[in-house]
Amino acid sequence: MPEDRAGLAAGWGRTLVAVYAVFAVAATGRSLTQLLLHAERAPLAYSLSLLAAVVYVVATGCLLRGGERAWRLAVAACTVELAGVLVVGVLSLTMPGWFPDRTVWSHFGQGYGFLPLALPFAGLAWLWHTRTLVRPVTAG
Amino acid sequence: MPPLSAVNVWVLLVAVVLVGAVLVSTVVLLVRDESPGDPSYALMAAAEVALLVQAAWGITALVRTDRDVSAVIFVGYLAAVVVALPLGAFWSLAERNRAGTAVLLVAAATVLALELRLDAIWDGAGA
Repeated sequence: MPEDRAGLAAGWGRTLVAVYAVFAVAATGRSLTQLLLHAERAPLAYSLSLLAAVVYVVATGCLLRGGERAWRLAVAACTVELAGVLVVGVLSLTMPGWFPDRTVWSHFGQGYGFLPLALPFAGLAWLWHTRTLVRPVTAG
Repeated sequence: MPPLSAVNVWVLLVAVVLVGAVLVSTVVLLVRDESPGDPSYALMAAAEVALLVQAAWGITALVRTDRDVSAVIFVGYLAAVVVALPLGAFWSLAERNRAGTAVLLVAAATVLALELRLDAIWDGAGA
């Protein structure tokens, strides 16, 4: 079904892919430099940076790929992303000692203009909008 | 440290002003629901030239300086700002509507954010 494949990165999906790609590159770059240059300084924070990077890369890839499986995986990625930014956001405020260095999700993504907090909502909204591409409306 | 101490104040300033102009003009296009035309691409090309000059200047300055600048991060930022606008322009072409124009906004905003970080990195900040 070729029309399904085009679905996720078309229209506003194209804008969403651009934002996710920026965060994929930013989080990957940040986590790799952190882990390679001084991993011992804040292992938990840097591991979470790496998790964030993986989530953004997976979400970007799924949106680009399209199709039902990619759609499902994208839902999972955006859900992990939302949980991650909320949990890390709360922990970075309540347990500052756990985070000697910043992650992408620290303080709900404050260092990135709070976009990391808004992005999973945008992603899930877009996936909800495109749900009919992968499942017929009559199924519900 | 004085603000705007990076590489060269004027190189950074020209790049930031041009990218800022791209950003503002893209917002105007979005509000009017117009697609970018030749003037938009000319402005982006001018900004791109400034960013290329900045990259060359920045790498030269990095080689010459004895400051404690993280070379990987500094060069990474210089490279990222060079590729962001062309990639964004290319990615926006297939969508000649607001969503496509918004891609240009994402690219310009990304470059501007990285430009503003560049100065701090020159002063020894991490990623």
